[in-house]
Amino acid sequence: MEVASARQYEPVIGLEIHVQLATDTKMFCGCELSFGLDPNTRTCPVCLGHPGVLPVPNRRAIEFGLMIGLALGCEIAPRSIFHRKNYFYPDNPKAFQISQYDVPLCSGGELAGVRVHRAHLEEDAAKLVHAGESGRIHGAEASVVDFNRAGTPLVEIVTEPDIHSAAEAAEWARLLRETLRALGVSDVNMDEGSLRVDGNVSIRPAGEATLGVKTELKNMNSFRFLERGLDAEIARQEGILREGGQVEQETLHFDNRTGALSSLRSKEEAHDYRYFPEPDLVPIAPTEAMIEMARAAIPELPLARAERFERDHDLPADSARLLAFRGEQGDFFEAALAVSPSDPRTLANYVVNDVPPGSAATPEAVAKLVDLIGAGTVSRGAAKEVLEVLAAEGGDPEQIVADRGLGAAGGDELGAIVDQAIAENAGAVEKIREGKDQAIGAIVGAVMRQTKGRADGGEVQKLIRERIGA
Amino acid sequence: MGRTLFCGAVIDREQVNHVARLARLRLTDEQAEQMAAELSKVLDHIEKMGELDLADVAPTSHVVELENVLREDEARPSWPRDRMLAEAPDADAEGFRVPSPGS
Amino acid sequence: MTSELLSLTAAQAAERTRAGDLDPRELWDLYRERAGADDLGAYLWLPDDAPEMDASGPLGGVPLAVKDLFCVEDVPSTSGSRILEGYRPPYTATSVRKLVDAGAPMLGKTNMDEFAMGSSNENSGYGPVKNPWDESRVPGGSSGGSAAAVAAGLAPWAIGTDTGGSIRQPAALCGIVGLKPTYGAVSRYGMIAFASSLDQCGPLTRDVTDAALLFGQMTGRDPCDSTSLDYPADPRLPSAERLDGLRFGVPKELLDTEGIEPGVRAVFDTTVKRIEELGATVEEIALPHSGHGLAAYYVLAPAEASANLARYDGVRFGIRAEAPDLLSMYEETRAQGFGDEVKRRIMLGTYALSSGYYDAYYGQAQKVRTKIADDFRAAFERVDLIVTPTSPTTAFPLGARTGDPLAMYLSDVLAVPMSLAGIPAISIPGGLADGLPVGVQLAGPAFSEFEICDAAYALERAIGFGDLPWK
Ligand SMILES: [Zn+2]
Repeated sequence: MEVASARQYEPVIGLEIHVQLATDTKMFCGCELSFGLDPNTRTCPVCLGHPGVLPVPNRRAIEFGLMIGLALGCEIAPRSIFHRKNYFYPDNPKAFQISQYDVPLCSGGELAGVRVHRAHLEEDAAKLVHAGESGRIHGAEASVVDFNRAGTPLVEIVTEPDIHSAAEAAEWARLLRETLRALGVSDVNMDEGSLRVDGNVSIRPAGEATLGVKTELKNMNSFRFLERGLDAEIARQEGILREGGQVEQETLHFDNRTGALSSLRSKEEAHDYRYFPEPDLVPIAPTEAMIEMARAAIPELPLARAERFERDHDLPADSARLLAFRGEQGDFFEAALAVSPSDPRTLANYVVNDVPPGSAATPEAVAKLVDLIGAGTVSRGAAKEVLEVLAAEGGDPEQIVADRGLGAAGGDELGAIVDQAIAENAGAVEKIREGKDQAIGAIVGAVMRQTKGRADGGEVQKLIRERIGA
Repeated sequence: MGRTLFCGAVIDREQVNHVARLARLRLTDEQAEQMAAELSKVLDHIEKMGELDLADVAPTSHVVELENVLREDEARPSWPRDRMLAEAPDADAEGFRVPSPGS
Repeated sequence: MTSELLSLTAAQAAERTRAGDLDPRELWDLYRERAGADDLGAYLWLPDDAPEMDASGPLGGVPLAVKDLFCVEDVPSTSGSRILEGYRPPYTATSVRKLVDAGAPMLGKTNMDEFAMGSSNENSGYGPVKNPWDESRVPGGSSGGSAAAVAAGLAPWAIGTDTGGSIRQPAALCGIVGLKPTYGAVSRYGMIAFASSLDQCGPLTRDVTDAALLFGQMTGRDPCDSTSLDYPADPRLPSAERLDGLRFGVPKELLDTEGIEPGVRAVFDTTVKRIEELGATVEEIALPHSGHGLAAYYVLAPAEASANLARYDGVRFGIRAEAPDLLSMYEETRAQGFGDEVKRRIMLGTYALSSGYYDAYYGQAQKVRTKIADDFRAAFERVDLIVTPTSPTTAFPLGARTGDPLAMYLSDVLAVPMSLAGIPAISIPGGLADGLPVGVQLAGPAFSEFEICDAAYALERAIGFGDLPWK
C-alpha cells in the first residue's frame, strides 16, 4: 500500500497571456492609445458604447495578430469571426466584449516545447478606480470608471498545459515576452499591464495521465510574482490533497505584497457569457497578401537567434540564450562581433556580465578591448578593469590602458618581478622541484599581485619554470 | 436537435428568474409569473422551427457577403471629456461614478 | 395657398424650390406649424428655431421627419424609451447627416415603439400614436410616428427603420409608401440598434417617387459601418407606366397565412389583376421555409437585442435608479427604464442564447434564415418581383392586441421573411377595406430598389390611390 503523504505530485500549468497591442489607436475606434493620461480623455461614442455606434476593426491590430500567430507557429484561420461575450460590469461599456470564440484568428502553435492552443483578438476593458479606500474592490463605496483603456486591442494567447514547474512557467513567459518584443507588437510591460499573465494550475500524482482540478491564478504582475504565485498555489493544492481533500475549481487572486492567495468567487450566478456572432462585424479572411506581409514583418526571433549564436559563434547555450532573450544585449553583441569576430566567447562573456544595458560602453570599444587581449597587449585580468571604466565612463580602451598603466607587464620588468617572487617563495620552489607542481600557484599569485593583474598567467608560468629549471 | 430539445418549450418561473438575473432585470413575482406564461406561448410558436431537419445547413449570421472590412490605424481626436460626462447620471470631474462592485 | 402647398408631394415641392418658384422657408413654416399642432402623438421633439434653408441640394430644402431612433447631435434621441430620457447624443447618424446635407432639414423626431419593438406604436415610452384614418386605431409600428405624420400631412416625408416590418407595416396601415432597403445599402451608424443583422432605415413617403428620391440620397458605404456597401446603381426616379415583360410571383405559403382579413385579401386580388392588366405575368411560387420566418425572427432579433440593449446600465448615459449596490442599480435602472415589451424581448433573447439552449434556438434560427434566403434566391430565378399583402390586417383598434404578444407579432408575418433574407421591399397603398388602407408589398432581389420603385410607380398610377385622411 502506498502512503498518500509520500506521493510525489507533478504540477500541470497552462498560461493565458493578454498582450496589449502597440497600435496607435484602439481596436474598434480612432481614439489614441494612452497610458497614464488624465481619466476619460481618450474616449468617443464608440468606445463608450453609446447608442447607435458601430465598431470598425483596426487593420494594424489584425496584422499584429497575424504576426503573433505566425511567430508562434500557429495556423491562421482562413475565415475567423468575432463574437460578443456578454456580461455586466462597469468596466465593460457595451456590457459585451467583442472577442473571438470558436474560430480564433490563430490556433495550434508551439514555442520552445510549449504548445500554443490559440491566439485571438479582443478588446480591453476600462479601468475601475476605487474612490476612497485603496487596494482591493471590497470596502470602497463608490468607484470611478476611466474608459481610456477601454477598447485597447488585445491578443489573448492560451497555451496547452505543457508546463511542469513555476520556474519553467516564468522562464517560458520571459521567452514569450522577448518574442513579442522582437516582433514590435507590444510594449510588453507587466507593470503597466501591457503584458498580463494568468496561470491555470492543477497537480496530479507523478506518472498519472489524468489532469487534476485546475484553478486560475490572476494578478501576477512580474515574472518573479508569477513564479511565486504558481509555487504558492502548487503548495496549497498539495496540502489539500495530502490531507485527503479536494481542490475546488476557482479563480484566485495573488497578493503581490503578502504572497497570499484569495478566492475571487462571487456569490452571483455562474458565468453564462451567451456568446454569439457579432452582427456588426464581417469575417476576417486573411488573404495571401496579408499573411505574406505579416510574415515579412517578422524579424529573427529570440529562439532562432540563440540557436544561431550557439551554432555560428560557438557560444555556450547559456550565454547564447541570455544574449538572444535580451534583445538589446544581443544587438550589442552582434555589433561588437562585426568589429572583432576573432573571439566571440570572450565577447559574449563581457556583454553578458560586464556591460549592462544602458552602460556607457560602445560595441566598438568592447570589440577593441577583445582585440587588445588577443594581441597580448592587455591581460584578461586587466581587461576587467578596463571594462569597468568603459561601462561607467565610456571611452577608448587603448587610451584607458595607457592612462592607467594597465598594459600587459612583460620583458625586463616582468623578469625582475618573477625573480623577486621566486626569491620570496623558496618553500614553493622546493615543492615544485619535489614534483608538487601545483605549488607554482603561489609564485604566480605573487607576480599577479605585484603586476596588479597586468601579466598574462601563461607567460608568468613559463618564466618561472625557465628560471627554476623545472 | 429537433423535437426532443423543444419538447415542452415552456419556461417556468425559476428559469424566468434565472434569465432575468442574467439580463439584469428585476421582476416582481407577479411579473415573473406573467412573463413565464407569455414567453411560453411565444416559445411554443418558435418550437415549430424544430420540425425542420437542418443538420447539414450552414447558419447565416449575416446576409452581406463582405470580408476584411478594416480601418487604417489612424488616430482621430477623442471627444471632450466634459461633453461625455455630461450624459452620465452620476459623474465627478474626471469620470463616471458607480456603486463599487462587491460593496 | 396653404392647402395647395400641402397637397404637393415632396418631390414636387423640391422641384419648385429648386427652380426658385417656392421659398423653402414657406414649406418649413407650414409643416412646422402643423407638426406643432400634432394631436396624434406623432412627434416627440420639435425644434424651436428654423434651420438655415438651402434649396440647392437634390432634396430642395423639403423638411424631413426623423424617427426618434436616429441619433442627432445635441437633440433628444431616446428610441422611444424612458431609459434614454434626457439623452442628447454627441454625434449624428450617417443617414440623417446625408439627408440634411442633401437639403432635407430635420423637422422633428417622431414617436415609435420603444427600441423599435412593436407593431402598433403602443409600446412607446412616451405614449401611443393615433392613426389619422381613424384615431381609435393604431398607426402600426414601430415607425408609427413617422407613418402617421406623413399620412396626416404633418410632414412632407419621413425616415424610419425596419427590422422585421417596421417601415412597411405602418406605411400600409397609414396608407402611405414605405421602403425597406437591402441590408447594407444604407449605413446603420447612429441608428440606435435593435437587431443589428436586420436593422435598415428607409423612407416613408406619400408616393413612390418621393421614396425613390429620398432613398437615392441615403445609400452608400460608410466607413463607420463595416456592413455597409457601395450602392451598385445611380439614383433615379421611377417613370415606368407599364409592367410589360415582368414576371411577378405570389408566394403560396405566405398567402396561406392564417388571419389574412378578407378585406385585405380582396384588395390584394384586385392588385394582382391590375399587375396583369399592366402587362406582367403573375404566377404562384414557393417559399417553402417562409412559414418559419416569424419563429426564426423571434429568436434572432431578441437575441441580438438582448446584447444591444445591455449597454443601458445607468453608467454612461440615460437614467439611473438610485440603489445601494451595483447589482440592484443595474436591475432597478433596467426595471424602471424599459417597458414590458422590451423586457419580454430581452428575456426571450437572453434565454435563447443561454447555456444549453443556443443550438436549439439561435443555431436553428440561423439555419432557417439560410433556407429562407435560399428560397428567395431560387424564386428570383423564376420571377422578377414577389408580391404579397404587407400586413394580414388593416389598422386594428388601440389596445386590441396589447394583451397578446404573439397576436401582435403575427402582424409582421408577411414582412419578416424579406428582412431575414436582407432583400428590399416596398409597401404601397392598394386600396381601402372598410375605409382603412391596405398595403401591398413588392419585394425584389438585393439592390433592386430602383426596379422595385419602377414597378411600384406603374402600379401606383394604375391604382390611383390619392387618398389621404386630411384631403
Ligand atoms: Zn473611442
